[in-house]
Parts: sequence; structure tokens; C-alpha cells
Amino acid sequence: MTRSRVAGGTAAGLGIAMLYLSLIVLIPLAAVVWRSMDEGPGYFWRSITTPDAWAALTLTIGASALVALINLVMGTIIAWVLVRDRFPGRSVLDTIIDLPFALPTIVAGLVLLALYGPQSPLGINLAYTRAAVVLALMFVTLPFVVRTVQPVLLELDKEMEQAAASLGAGPFQTFRRIILPNLIPAMLSGTALAFTRAIAEFGSTVLISGNLPFKTQVAAVNIFSQIESDNTTGAAAISTALLAVALVALITLDVLQRWGSRRG
Amino acid sequence: MAIEVRDVNKSFGATPVLRDVSIDVAAGSLTALLGPSGGGKSTLLRVIAGLEQPDTGTVLISGVDATRLAPQRRNVGFVFQHYAAFKHLTVFRNVAFGLEIRKRPKAEIRKRVMELLELVHLEKLADRYPSQLSGGQRQRMALARALAVEPQVLLLDEPFGALDAQVRKELRTWLRRLHDEVHVTTVFVTHDQEEAIEVADEIVVLAGGEVVQTGTPGEVYDNPANPFVMRFLGPVTEIGGNLVRPHDIEISQDPVEGGSPAVVSRVVRLGFEVRVEVEIGGHEAWVQVTRDQADRLGIGPGDTVHVRPVPGARSLALAV
Repeated sequence: MTRSRVAGGTAAGLGIAMLYLSLIVLIPLAAVVWRSMDEGPGYFWRSITTPDAWAALTLTIGASALVALINLVMGTIIAWVLVRDRFPGRSVLDTIIDLPFALPTIVAGLVLLALYGPQSPLGINLAYTRAAVVLALMFVTLPFVVRTVQPVLLELDKEMEQAAASLGAGPFQTFRRIILPNLIPAMLSGTALAFTRAIAEFGSTVLISGNLPFKTQVAAVNIFSQIESDNTTGAAAISTALLAVALVALITLDVLQRWGSRRG
Repeated sequence: MAIEVRDVNKSFGATPVLRDVSIDVAAGSLTALLGPSGGGKSTLLRVIAGLEQPDTGTVLISGVDATRLAPQRRNVGFVFQHYAAFKHLTVFRNVAFGLEIRKRPKAEIRKRVMELLELVHLEKLADRYPSQLSGGQRQRMALARALAVEPQVLLLDEPFGALDAQVRKELRTWLRRLHDEVHVTTVFVTHDQEEAIEVADEIVVLAGGEVVQTGTPGEVYDNPANPFVMRFLGPVTEIGGNLVRPHDIEISQDPVEGGSPAVVSRVVRLGFEVRVEVEIGGHEAWVQVTRDQADRLGIGPGDTVHVRPVPGARSLALAV
């Protein structure tokens, strides 16, 4: 009796979860992929390799990869400082980390334009350059690595470090051999999230990059311009390409995490 | 002396944790730091290991002043209550850690680690990760890891505190035997007087941040420095203003010289041991007798008996 009720409950829960996922994620994504194949695989390939689409895709993926790497290093350092150091204003800083999440991305773009645009009070004008694209992506993806590494660092057993010290390891050896291996799964997971978020970014790059085709136009903006010029199949093709890249990044992450958790 | 601690003081904030603590640990001995929790024993151990800095005082290890030496330069093995296992490394790599840091040749590391794993009976689990081991196995791994670097002294902080009673007793006996084989100067912290008496050569009783008494288990048990130590080391009861061990009291049905009349209130049989609870002039006391003695006496609640400390019993006068 109890068993079948539990099984029934599980089935209902699974059903609801699957239905929800299907409606919100899977069916729309499948529709995009389906749409991209409307004119056959040849057209699909031509759509993503038109000079402007290809330039937008490579810029997006390249800039996102660079930003993900910067986040990997800087995010870990920021998490470290937030967890291990005691200084006035720490809790304020801790709150500020989430600001890029909370801010509408177009506002982020506006802020960056004001600070690093033609009227920059700092005298740094990055407007309409690729550096501006990287800067905008850095801004919106900042929290990912920080917020994945921080809880792991908080939970990390301090006695492991003391044990390493008593066994003769200096601070650097302890960091490399004990702390880092325990942080790497979280660091990679945050990096992959930052990467996938970056390849999809639209709002923050729009203002400061100037959307110059072949130079500063990112993939999401390119898709938007394809739709504006009534080329929905082409837009769907570029979307599908982005989707594939994101999927590869997430699968890689999953494989890495399985490899990590196997070691316990 | 393997370890000499001189006049160590240590406070956490405004709370003094160690006050003028001085102890000597003989080379090759197995010493217990015994005391109630909050007595400062773990802090003292961590000061010896270099994991805490004393505010004043000195620590000498093998005659060398180690007071300001970083933990990694002291060559002490430390075993933590909660194992502090390197959870991303296999049992083998955990034990090899100190040797890898010292850049020993691979073949030598392999040989030494396998020897140690055999010593702690984990040779078959060398490729497991700590999460796949039981608590007792993890602690044995931690011990092998600490021994791998051939430390001058081995320090154990409540090493069996997180284990269940059965495993605790096994590991206790095993630690004693291991020490007899390896002979490394060992100091362990415990709040369990039975553990200290069973395992140690020497007991240092710490309470309120001060050394209350030092001696062999027999000395500390038989000649406690004060009522606190006497109470902490074993069961006590009060007769005629004196603290006496309940097994040092005799009961008879007839009046005896120096005996006090008492009324039996309860007889509790605990297997081999029988606990006779009595009332002496309004005071409650208890006497520990064997089952045979209790059967021979044939007493029950309400009976009047006579009790007195056995000749030669150790007793401490309580200040009234």
C-alpha cells in the first residue's frame, strides 16, 4: 500500500517536472532547432558561415571563453578574500557581488558606457571596441564563480590545512595540494555557468559595443538583426549553433564533476 | 626530555586558557593529558604542535627551542579528533603526503607507505578514498599519515572521541600495542579517565588551564592531589567527612572498630559488581562489593549494617 502510494507520488512529481520542463525549455528549444533545419542542412551551414554571422559567433565564443577564464581566477580570489579575510566593509562587498545579477543588463550597459565611453571621467574610452564587449561580459558574469566557490570554501575543513602543515607543507604547498583540489569542481562549475551566460548576453553589450558587424557585434545581436531583416531560419540556425556550444560546455562540466565526485 | 613546556600562558581574548603550564614528557613515553573539557588540554597540545602560539613561555622539542617555529618545521605528527583526512586523496596518497612533500624517491615512498598501512591494518584499502572508510579506519589512516614522516613526537587530540564505544575500546588497546612497537614519544588528549589509565605511562591532569597533578596512572589514582583529581579519576563516596573509593569500604553486619552504623537503602546488581547504597547519619554513600560478598552478606533495603574504610584505604579529608 505504502509503496504504491510513494511510487504514485513519485510518478506524479516526475510527470509535473517533465511537463514543466518541456513547456518552458525543451519544446521551445526543439522548435528553434527544427526551424533552423527548415531549408535543409546546407542552408543551415551557409547561415552560420555568412561572414557577419561567423564573425559574431567567433567573437562571442572567443570573448566568452576569455571572460570565463578571467572569472575563474578573479572569482576565486574574490571568494577567498570574502571567506578568509576580515576587513571593514566585507559584508557590503559580499552584497555588491550580486548586483550584476540584479541589475537589468541594459542598465549595466548604460553604466559601463558612462564610465568607459566617449565621455569617460577616467579618460578611458572603450566604446565600440572588442575590449568593451569583454568588459560588459565580465561585468554581468562576475557573481558566478564567486558564488559557487564561496560556500565550498566556507565548508572546507580547516584541520586539513593544519594536518598538511604538521606534515611539513608550507602555505603554497598546502594551497596547491590540499585547498585547490577541493575547490576545482566548484571553480569549473562557476566558470561553465559564466561562459554559457556570456555567450547569450545581449543587453549589456548593445550600448557600449556599438554592434559593428565584423567588429563588435555579438551573436545575440546578430540573431536579432537577422529577425529584423525577416530571416527567421537564419536566426534559428545561429541560435542552434549557440545552443550546441552551450550544451557542449555544460556536458563537459558534468563529465568533469562526475570525475571529481567519483573521487569522493 | 622529548618535550619540555615551560611557564606557558595562553588566552583567547580575555579568557585565560593556559596558566603557567609546565610539563616534561620523557622520550619514548606515552603520556595522557587528562581533564574536563575546557580545561586547556587541547590548547596545550596545539601549542606543542605549533598550531597555536603561546602568549608567554617556551616549548622545547628534543632540546631545541621550538616556540616560534612554524608547525611544518617542528617534525611533529598530529592526529585530529575528526581525522582531517585529505578527502580528495586515496588512503595511499594520504599516508604518502608528508613523504611527497619531503621529495623522497617514489620507490622509497611506496615501500614506507605499504609498511605503515600494514601496521595499521589498512593495506587492502590503499586505493580507497576516505569517504569509503569507517571512522575507525579513517583514524588509523590519520595515524599512519602522521607516523610516515618519522616525527620526533606524535600528538593525538581526542583521537577516539568521535568513535563509538566498541571501536573506541579496540583502538585504545591497539594504540598501546602500536606504541610498544614503534616507541615514538606520544602525547594524547582525553577526557576519559579510563582511557588515560589504560593506555598511558604518565598522566598529566589539567583543569582550569593549570596542571593539577602529574604521575603514573597508579600514583594519580591512589594518591590524588586533591578531591577534584580523586573525583575525576574514578568513583568516590563520602564517609565521615572523607572521600573514599567505594571499593575501599567494607560492610559487616556486626559492629566493628572504627565502623559507622548505616542503613541500606538500595542494592543494585550490575553483573559482577553490586552497588550497595546506604545512609550514614543522614548522608548518602555507596559501597561497591562483588556479587559473592553481597550474597554472603545477604543484606536488603532497611537492614542496619556497619561500614568502614578497609585498612590501608586511600582517603582524602574534605574541608568542612
